[in-house]
Amino acid sequence: MTGLRVFFLGGLLSYRALFNWIRPSVYIPTMLANPVFLILFFTLLGRYSGVAYDAHFVVGNAILASSLAGVFGMVMSLANEREFGTLSAVLATPANRFALFCGRVWPVVVNGVFVSAVSFTMGIALLGVELPFSAVPAIALTGLITATSCALFGLALGSVGLRVRDLWVGSNLAYFLMLLLCGANVPLSVLPGWLAAVARLLPLTHGIQAAGALAAGGRLSDVVGLLTTEFLLGLAYGGLGYGLLRFFEAEARREAVLDRL
Amino acid sequence: MNRSVRWLRLFGRGWLMHSKHLASSGFFVLMTSVQPLVFASLAFFLFGAGRPADALLDAALGAAMLSVWSTTLIGSGQALTLLRAAGLLELLVAAPAPLAFVLAPITVATATIGLYAMVSTVAWGVLLFDLPLRLEHPGALIAAVAVTAFGLGMLGMVFASVFVRLRYANALTNLFDYPVWLLSGMLVPVDVLPLWTRPLSWLLPSTWGMRAIRESVLGGRPWFAIGICLGLGTGYLGLGLLTVRWFSTLARRRAALALA
Repeated sequence: MTGLRVFFLGGLLSYRALFNWIRPSVYIPTMLANPVFLILFFTLLGRYSGVAYDAHFVVGNAILASSLAGVFGMVMSLANEREFGTLSAVLATPANRFALFCGRVWPVVVNGVFVSAVSFTMGIALLGVELPFSAVPAIALTGLITATSCALFGLALGSVGLRVRDLWVGSNLAYFLMLLLCGANVPLSVLPGWLAAVARLLPLTHGIQAAGALAAGGRLSDVVGLLTTEFLLGLAYGGLGYGLLRFFEAEARREAVLDRL
Repeated sequence: MNRSVRWLRLFGRGWLMHSKHLASSGFFVLMTSVQPLVFASLAFFLFGAGRPADALLDAALGAAMLSVWSTTLIGSGQALTLLRAAGLLELLVAAPAPLAFVLAPITVATATIGLYAMVSTVAWGVLLFDLPLRLEHPGALIAAVAVTAFGLGMLGMVFASVFVRLRYANALTNLFDYPVWLLSGMLVPVDVLPLWTRPLSWLLPSTWGMRAIRESVLGGRPWFAIGICLGLGTGYLGLGLLTVRWFSTLARRRAALALA
């Protein structure tokens, strides 16, 4: 029971306290308006380059938008503990570590899904893209799975925040890498083979591929394999992140460098 | 030393100091070095197959200009936020030197450092994507780069003056990236945008700077765009002087500079 409380309530409280962009004056331009402009820019760029059709860019970039919440939100939820000087107090508690750290994932997933949904709706409305209504539930499920895998990837990145001083550089680098490689803007078929292989190891790539197939008229059963891969990849990143958090916690205690900035 | 020489000296020293400061910031170096390469690669992959060589060079210049604008915008927003966080903003506003001459070096320095993106993007294209190099008007290119840095720096100063009143100025910078990229025709020609956006494009120095650089490199008549960019930069300097005074007076009157 306590574990569940730490997971849900603790996760929500830490998100409200540590997510720098939670104020409407920051949230709206950063998390809502920016992804809509991202969709407009890349869809128009896609039209001009003629590489793919509009729906591909709208759906792909709406899914990509969840990485803003996943990567930056998760990094803030973990790394800001040290930044704000609360890390030692958090780690001194006897709370279950799995609930303590992994509870921070669910608010990030909820936010990621919300950001994706707003971007998707606005993108469709502004660009007049037509999608079969029957594809929407399957695309929504894809968005949920991708937002989860992105948040778990963020957990792995954020865990490094217990050790590395400036995580903004790393998280921006990861975001740029996803922007280039995840297939939302440059189809994997256009990338060189080795880059496409790197792309398949990143979260988002399989989810975006699945969403693109659904937007093109595919059925959910056609993309189950892609969604399973996306989810398993997310779990692998989550496992890595949790392992790193426990490792860095033990190291920081042993070397007495918990709050070293 | 008369007043104008003192102000010029303040501008020069400020520009040098902020350029050094920005060049030592990991985040800023990332923005000026990695972001342009990501967007250049994106453009090369999208425009690479079956397009004329000039289209690739054009895309490289467009991708570079994206980063020049981003760094100017982020530099302006971040600088004010960091100065406020460090408790220096009140001291700078209270200093006897005009605030415009304190802010302008910051924004021009960010635009100058951002121009590094142009070199790195073209070098990236040559090394990895066999980008063919040509330069039609070398003299005009130097002038185009200089007026672009000036024009963007002055527009950045107008933004910075507004940011003086905003506590979360850096969040707003996220809002202006993509719209200006689109309106300036950096990677997507402005012709694909609705007609009503055209006047907005004309008001941006980045539109004319992009056109001046593009025509200096690929051929055309760059001097017209250079002249317009210079004129717009001067206009934004005048506007910036007014808005800096207005917003700083407002912040002083309401005693809201640190808390804005």
